[in-house]
Amino acid sequence: MNARVVSPRTLDDALAELQGASADTLLLAGGTDLMVEFENGRTEPRHVVDVWALDELRGVRAEDGGVRLGALTTCAELERDPLVTDVLREAAREVGAVQIKNRATLGGNLGTASPAADLNPVLFALDAVVRLRSAAGERELPCAEFVTGYRANARRPDELIESVLVPARAENERRAFRKVGTRKAQSISKVVLAIAARVDGGAVTALRAAAGSVAERTVLLPSLEQALAGRAPDAAAVESAARSAVRADVSPIDDVRSTARYRRELLFRLLKRLLREVLA
Amino acid sequence: MKLRFTVNGAEREVDVAPLARLLDVLRDELRLTGTKEGCGEGECGACTVLVDGEAVMSCLVAGCQAAGRDVVTIEGAGHEAVQQAFLEEGGAQCGICTSGMIVATRAFLEEREREGKPATVEAAREALAGNLCRCTGYGKVIAAVLAAGGETR
Repeated sequence: MNARVVSPRTLDDALAELQGASADTLLLAGGTDLMVEFENGRTEPRHVVDVWALDELRGVRAEDGGVRLGALTTCAELERDPLVTDVLREAAREVGAVQIKNRATLGGNLGTASPAADLNPVLFALDAVVRLRSAAGERELPCAEFVTGYRANARRPDELIESVLVPARAENERRAFRKVGTRKAQSISKVVLAIAARVDGGAVTALRAAAGSVAERTVLLPSLEQALAGRAPDAAAVESAARSAVRADVSPIDDVRSTARYRRELLFRLLKRLLREVLA
Repeated sequence: MKLRFTVNGAEREVDVAPLARLLDVLRDELRLTGTKEGCGEGECGACTVLVDGEAVMSCLVAGCQAAGRDVVTIEGAGHEAVQQAFLEEGGAQCGICTSGMIVATRAFLEEREREGKPATVEAAREALAGNLCRCTGYGKVIAAVLAAGGETR
């Protein structure tokens, strides 16, 4: 390996290093994904910016409208921090073993953009917004737009992920999360699902759902949202909405972890179950 | 790169590739071969060490990320009560997973103590969920964790 590897100690140094970086520059955070890629040769590192020491990108703080999470906040920290609540805490807790949670980061989940990432469905369903920084300035975009394809994202080579703003839970908003893997701990998802919804006066007034491991990337489920918007969420409506989402919004594949058929059936049942929880 | 860090309480300096795995730095450069490689992809926990007191998979830590950090391996001090419990409860067979299990157990018990929570069966199972044993089940391992927890409290 003849990679050029730099480990900046400050955010400014990191941004300076990224100025003029090319598309094959890699940002290394906790390494739970990239170190495996390097070892098995799937990714050949040429220019690596190791951001792990950038404490400016760590930490959780309350902010107007929600909670701001530094990109390097680990899953273990998300699980522990009292400001991190409900579905995000649950997802962080179920990401993997303790040893993985001590290293795997929020920014890494977004940046790697694996279809099986456990935090990303939550960030999508909650309309979380990612903040990107470069020497030229900063910009923000919804997490659901940041992830653009299979392990692909909208980050420019000169940018890094600075933080994510997770909106506070609205009055009467209900949220649910479920991950299904081969075993309860330390497994990659067969299907992972997050939902946020509001019901006012017997009708669904807001609904956002996102699923992982059922397409080439984490996906929102627009058919589900359209089918239930403004409607009374009775059993028949929920069943038909779940069916249309499974038909139109996902494209699962057969792989070592599961089959396309199982994933569709599983997603259908999880949707019905979680919708019952949040729309009750 | 010149990697300077603390290993088992001693300052060390080694010349390594920045992306060399901490696992290889420990085993090949420092000859600390008590840390084992199982899967090499963060699934099995055999290579568990402590970095700044936290349990991590050393196969997933780049050498450059260990700079200035405090690393404790199975060869380090402080595991004695846990080791004794694994011995007495028979919490090991072939031994490949055992160093990782012991280090992970120590991190777990220290965390429980900090938080003033007891080491329950459920918590112990969760804490060791990332440490796989291919010889047998986990009954005696969990018994050893609980016994060690009793001793250290």
